Amino acid sequence: MQHITVTVDGTEYQSEVEPRTLLVHWLREGLGKVGTVVGCDTSNCGACTILVDGQSVKSCSMLAVQADGCEITTIQGLSTGDDWHPVQTAFKECHGLQCGYCTPGMVMSTVDLLTENPNPTEEEIRDGIHGNLCRCTGYHNIVKSVKYAADLMGGSK
Amino acid sequence: MTDTLDTSSVIGRPLRRKEDAKLLHGRTNWTDNIQLPGTLHMAIVRSPMAHAKVTKVDVSEALKQPNVVAAYNAAELGDLNSVVPCVWPVTDDTVMPPFPALTGDKVRHVGDCVAVVLATDAASAEDALAYVDVEYEPLPAVVNMIDAISPGSELVHGDATNNTCYVYDLGGGYEDELAKHSDVVRVKRRFVNQRLIPAFMEPRAVVAAPMGMSDEITVWTSTQIPHVLRVLLQLVTGIPEQNLRIIAPDVGGGFGGKLQCYREEILVTQLARKLGRPVKWNETRSEDMVATHHGRDQIQDIELAATKDGKFIGLKVDLLANMGGYLQIITPGIPLLGMFMYPAIYKMDAYQFQCTGVFTNSTPTDAYRGAGRPEATFAIERIVDEMAAELGMEPMELRTKNWIEHHEFPFTTVAGLTYDTGNYEAATAKAMDMFGYHELRAEQKARRESGDPVQLGIGISTFTEMCGLAPSRTLGALKYAAGGWEHCTIRLLPSGKVELVTGTSPHGQGHETAWSQIASEILGIPVDDIDVIHSDTGRSPYGMDTYGSRSLAVGGQAIKKAADRVIENARPIAAHQLECSANDLEFANGAFSVKGDPEKTVTLGALAWAAFAAHNLPDGVEPMISGEATVDPEDFSYPHGTHLAAMEVDTETGKVKLRKYVCVDDVGNQVNPMIVEGQVHGGLAQGIGQALYEGAEYDSDGNLLTASLADYLIPSAADLPSFETGSTVTPSTTHSLGTKGVGEAGAIASTPAIINGIVDALRPMGVTDVLMPASPQNVWRAIQAAKGASA
Ligand code: FES
Ligand code: FES
Repeated sequence: MQHITVTVDGTEYQSEVEPRTLLVHWLREGLGKVGTVVGCDTSNCGACTILVDGQSVKSCSMLAVQADGCEITTIQGLSTGDDWHPVQTAFKECHGLQCGYCTPGMVMSTVDLLTENPNPTEEEIRDGIHGNLCRCTGYHNIVKSVKYAADLMGGSK
Repeated sequence: MTDTLDTSSVIGRPLRRKEDAKLLHGRTNWTDNIQLPGTLHMAIVRSPMAHAKVTKVDVSEALKQPNVVAAYNAAELGDLNSVVPCVWPVTDDTVMPPFPALTGDKVRHVGDCVAVVLATDAASAEDALAYVDVEYEPLPAVVNMIDAISPGSELVHGDATNNTCYVYDLGGGYEDELAKHSDVVRVKRRFVNQRLIPAFMEPRAVVAAPMGMSDEITVWTSTQIPHVLRVLLQLVTGIPEQNLRIIAPDVGGGFGGKLQCYREEILVTQLARKLGRPVKWNETRSEDMVATHHGRDQIQDIELAATKDGKFIGLKVDLLANMGGYLQIITPGIPLLGMFMYPAIYKMDAYQFQCTGVFTNSTPTDAYRGAGRPEATFAIERIVDEMAAELGMEPMELRTKNWIEHHEFPFTTVAGLTYDTGNYEAATAKAMDMFGYHELRAEQKARRESGDPVQLGIGISTFTEMCGLAPSRTLGALKYAAGGWEHCTIRLLPSGKVELVTGTSPHGQGHETAWSQIASEILGIPVDDIDVIHSDTGRSPYGMDTYGSRSLAVGGQAIKKAADRVIENARPIAAHQLECSANDLEFANGAFSVKGDPEKTVTLGALAWAAFAAHNLPDGVEPMISGEATVDPEDFSYPHGTHLAAMEVDTETGKVKLRKYVCVDDVGNQVNPMIVEGQVHGGLAQGIGQALYEGAEYDSDGNLLTASLADYLIPSAADLPSFETGSTVTPSTTHSLGTKGVGEAGAIASTPAIINGIVDALRPMGVTDVLMPASPQNVWRAIQAAKGASA
């Protein structure tokens, strides 16, 4: 067991974890942050994407012990209470989700993408989220959502 | 009390979804989120071999591992080792081999279940699997269908005489019809419709718990079919139906892959019962790839005959359909759902169909988005293009010449279906216009003439399909064990809010929003005041669930009927309150008013309270306002559309680019056009995925080579373009809302459009087919083969 201190969605947690525990499992089972989900075991799907120190990371490809001292944002901490982050608003407005399973990861990747590139072209969007798989939407409306989020956040003029 | 509003057009509005707030904030309840105290986690010993005798399964060492509480092989599970049900024997002599949840004698595909281990945490259960001692005596794997039905083949099921599951022969008199003509042109092809994996994003998970306060066992499972599953689980486990409560919590996609009664659902339920505590299982993605049923996998021999001037005479289809190692819920029936669709939108006089179901050492196949109809649509739309090439006709012109014209509906096809309505001319004209069909043909000609190494092809798919399962009598005649009705109960709550209980079970389709729109339109109550309850047999006891594009087509009719009944049941109370005769009342915008005296009015919300208080009800009227309906549809639903793909093919490398995709779908009236479009987009991605990227591949030993998302390529955003979608509206006359199914349309139509486009680009080089997925390698091979043939 190893001791870690991690801030998740604004709250600091101290925890003893087994060194082999994946970050995503610690979030889900250790903290009950079940908004973040697991879709694969080969780091291909991106459903587990979160922000670690502001950068999008597939939380299944990182160990919990590696997050020691980090600041993490999950889908559950992106906005508080009934508030909506512009990316969340955009996904609803553009019907960028169906079953919603890829959505937490897709939204977090989008947040990261728009931080790095506030006004992406369609090609840059498609490239930027290609590590997040969605089986429901065919991506058409996800791409629209990302563009619309860029508008809402003042990126594209 | 609830306000009323003008709801004259709630149906047809692209309302944003009610479902999204919780999904976008991570306030979700996936089955894997459920953590009950005292839960045992189940892990499964799966066969690493495709075909082997099992000579020993010893769990004793596993039992000694930390945190392990129980472990069983098939024999030790005894009576609790229930069989997995198959409800669709398509012929009287369909071979239905036993399919116990744990196999005892032989393993029949990689991933077959041999033993289970239960521990207090998932990691311990997983770790202990290595301590189960299993001895296999390998047998030759039966992988290829053609080998499987050759005499002397190794047998998948030892007590059978061959690997044939069934031969379904519709007959049809094809040659007799052809003999009446002197100028027959025949085109014959063999198409391979490759095996696909549903790959919904949420892996399957099941939790079962004895509830203590009663004999109830609650089963939470990531399923499309909680209601059907309840019936099947009671049949195979013997747990009384009334004691089983099945809940499908938030479900992350299904596409047919969660239309199943899986062995893991049976095992978890039986073990919770045996051990008297909650049992949980959730699959890894690698497990999913071998254990969730697969789809498609047919070899299609198809022959189309036409006169020299291009009038179709008849069609002959002979299929080999891969069943896999066992029969799941409707494995044998999938090709039959396609049987009706080969003649598609075309008029002809003869149709002959035969299908042989074949056992192989592979994961069982079953429904995957479209289920039988994509296969049929692929084959017919491909062969029509081949016929056009043979006759030297423009492929759209050949279609125009043979399709059912809009004034000919209702039209009974040579396959015996009666299509209620359709307008192929209108959808096609609109699609061609959006596509710039003639301009692209001109560009194609220019590129051909200049010898451009990147050639342009135009792929056409003018499709229809049968969906919205379906009239129960028809299903019965096809030997399908269940019916095709759907149920809805609508209750006015004392607050004036509405509880709408549906038997459909959504997993991404937006039923909560769309069903609210239908009820809102009829009842005049705001969408937000309507709560849609679904997917829990405790709260929604009666239903037939969601698959086959049936939820709106069938379930929508039940909603309409139930809502109409609510109004009728409220009417006597309204008349009593307004002191008039019931006949003098009219109902609009959520309120009754007296004809000719519009000031005298009472809202449904006020009536709901009056019924609840029950202080002043007319004699003989019961204190509740609700409406209940179970609707068995008059017929299937027949959406249609025209899909066009512009494909750029690099003739030197085989690399293919989908440059433009246009489709115009006619799904009748639309309740929520935003959701309709989303359904089409998702279907397109899966159909294009089949054409260009996906394919489950086995090696000659029966190992699945594409057993992870790293090896099985479901398209990413970078692999697809944006789509240009449009619609025409030809309302259904057999469905009370005028709607038609939409869930599968995109997946059914798009695959042949893409492949037709690639072949069209390469036709001058002599290419007449390309294997799917049309990877650069497969395209390059087709080009080389054509070059070789012409050399
Ligand atoms: S769970 Fe699939 S990438 Fe993390
Ligand atoms: S919305 Fe279902 S996987 Fe993306």
